[in-house]
Amino acid sequence: MNHASLEQNDDLITLNMGPHHPSTHGVLRLVIQTDGEMVRTCKPEIGYLHRSIEKIGENLEWYQFVPYTDRVDYVCSMNSNLAYALGVEALLNTKPETAVEIPLRAECIRVLFAELNRISSHLVSVGAAAMDMGAYTPFLHGVTQREFINDILEKTCGARLTYNYICIGGVMRDLHAGAEAEIRAFLDQLEPAMHSFNALISTNTIFRGRFAGVGVIDREMAIAYGMVGPNLRGAGVDWDLRRDRPYGLYPKLKFEVPVGKAYAGSKGVVGDCYDRYIVRLLEIVESIKLCRQVLDMMPPPAEKADDPIGGHRVDVTKKLRTPPKGGLYTRVENPRGETGYYIVSDGTKMPYRMKIRTGSFTSMTIFETLVPGMMVSDVVAFIGSLDIVLPEVDR
Amino acid sequence: MPGPTGPQVLFTSVDDFLNWGRTNSLWFLQFATACCGIELMQTGCSRFDTDHLGMLPRSSPRASDVMIVAGTITHKMASRVRILWEQMAEPRWVISMGSCANAGGPFSKYSYSVLNGIDKLIPVDVYVPGCPPRPEALIDGTEVLKERIRKYQMFGIRDTEAIVIE
Amino acid sequence: MNNAELFSALLVVYPDLSCETADTGEILWVVPAERLVDVACTLREDEAFAFDSLMCLSGLDLSKYPTAEKGVFVGDLLACVYHLHSFTHGHEAAIKVVVPKNETASIPSVEAVWPVAGWFEREILDLYGIDFPGNHDRTRLMMPKDWVGHPLRKDYEYPQTYGGWDLKRDGQTFTSGPYA
Repeated sequence: MNHASLEQNDDLITLNMGPHHPSTHGVLRLVIQTDGEMVRTCKPEIGYLHRSIEKIGENLEWYQFVPYTDRVDYVCSMNSNLAYALGVEALLNTKPETAVEIPLRAECIRVLFAELNRISSHLVSVGAAAMDMGAYTPFLHGVTQREFINDILEKTCGARLTYNYICIGGVMRDLHAGAEAEIRAFLDQLEPAMHSFNALISTNTIFRGRFAGVGVIDREMAIAYGMVGPNLRGAGVDWDLRRDRPYGLYPKLKFEVPVGKAYAGSKGVVGDCYDRYIVRLLEIVESIKLCRQVLDMMPPPAEKADDPIGGHRVDVTKKLRTPPKGGLYTRVENPRGETGYYIVSDGTKMPYRMKIRTGSFTSMTIFETLVPGMMVSDVVAFIGSLDIVLPEVDR
Repeated sequence: MPGPTGPQVLFTSVDDFLNWGRTNSLWFLQFATACCGIELMQTGCSRFDTDHLGMLPRSSPRASDVMIVAGTITHKMASRVRILWEQMAEPRWVISMGSCANAGGPFSKYSYSVLNGIDKLIPVDVYVPGCPPRPEALIDGTEVLKERIRKYQMFGIRDTEAIVIE
Repeated sequence: MNNAELFSALLVVYPDLSCETADTGEILWVVPAERLVDVACTLREDEAFAFDSLMCLSGLDLSKYPTAEKGVFVGDLLACVYHLHSFTHGHEAAIKVVVPKNETASIPSVEAVWPVAGWFEREILDLYGIDFPGNHDRTRLMMPKDWVGHPLRKDYEYPQTYGGWDLKRDGQTFTSGPYA
């Protein structure tokens, strides 16, 4: 280092956050240059969990790839499964001879489980955001509720985290006996639990002070930097793919799309960390409504025991040997925003290209622009409020 | 990894005491990279609650006794794993949690970036299989590790052969 | 406006563009690499298009992609597919840029038009080896900085060693390396 550069930088300290750091939610590394407590530059470094899932997708047959979608975003595996299944079904449905029909009960179970998984993902997200701010108890409350959802899903799918349940053409197997009653009981106790969660942390003055007015992403910036999902809605953009590009059962369901409105009161700004946090909490409430509606319209199980809801059907497997040639981009609303599968098929039994566009990846792009100028402690709040899951960034 | 220290006849009672302390305050390095990290997190939270076993998550390798490697390790991450392990104080122990850390798991065949098992980097004491393992399996793994810790102090010999939980 | 109307409106400004339709009904507007930034600016700024969001940017290696004729591949080409979306009008479109597959493949960066493109382009630079002049940081994003090769190319050969240790997959014989 020469003399000139020393003079220029002598009061800046380079701080290396990660890849092993408790507040980066995984293996994110941020190289931050600080001037005292103020961040001057921020350089995110990712790829510590790049598992080459897109390359694996090109080497496996269509239905063999479903377990890997679990691992793209494991906090909401069910939604990841759904996004892939919808992508491949949309590809098959472009030709009448390969079109796939999904039984109504399977559609209901898909939406039901996707919404349950959305609740559990948001519970971890808001709990972890509070934990980053130094409050450990809300995280325990979130995980307690998450365990109930894990139990319900495990009884049907056999796994607590990586379900491999929603497959192309339907779902793997029917709900376990008594599932509907269990889910209703869970939803009934979740509502008061969320009230106590809010009383515990959302209205807490210190917590609100840490989140209000911090990390403000305005509307134009959110769109330009590819924010999706709750981060986009937190910035005041009224956009939800479940309502605006409906898929599956969603056109038949009624729900509201929460949007950021400077919930933190006088100190709050639209698009700050607190708005993103509150949007997630409100989405949990909407998901509870959605689950109840789906349970109400769920048809009874089929009389025939064999292959009741369309999972691993022989006709689908046959159609997957010669899918239509070409690409298709499918967009699905996941807890972390839009998940897009750009699937290119060359007409054979294996995909030609499997591009996975995830919400966390594009959320990361804003760091280099927005973080400079923040306090170091606010960076932690900002990461917590964006709800980044690193395997989704790296894939 | 230092070699066997040899029998320490004079200090057996002291060792017994240390050993009792070590097995009942097994602080683990919270080293969560991928899916298993969520199960590790849930093991430490309300229902399974490793706190009642004396296991507390630590963020610093210098303050931890056992490193639970939870999740996929890529080539880019590999040297960091080694550095973290080197920073831990002796006696240090390693639990490899989940298929990815054990042997590359589902990524072992077609992936160009995943390290096929962390035993290429650091010595592993206990392998906990599963993708991801249930919290009960992880707790079982720590119980097995405690047996090994007792044996280490009693005879002054450290087993180099890893244990696989079934 | 639907996709065909949008394309005819774009043809008024840029008459040399063409349009591809796949069996799946996917419509791609093929833009030459040297015109990409101009076209992107028009699509972003023009009130009629107002594509304010770049949803997805995917790299593609077309070298093993079959043509209509049996046994004949497209040839040594790399491509980038830009999926655009307009929050103002709610319409969507996709642009395709094709470049020859070699070590100097390059497409001008559209980071100035859509800031989110910066990281998408770095990822493609890493995994496909397409250079993006104009991007603020033209280094690898996913793989280590000293990694050799571009893994998502169809002719990529898995490395045998990295960082001093052996990466053999069959038989799991990791014998060499600093930590053995």
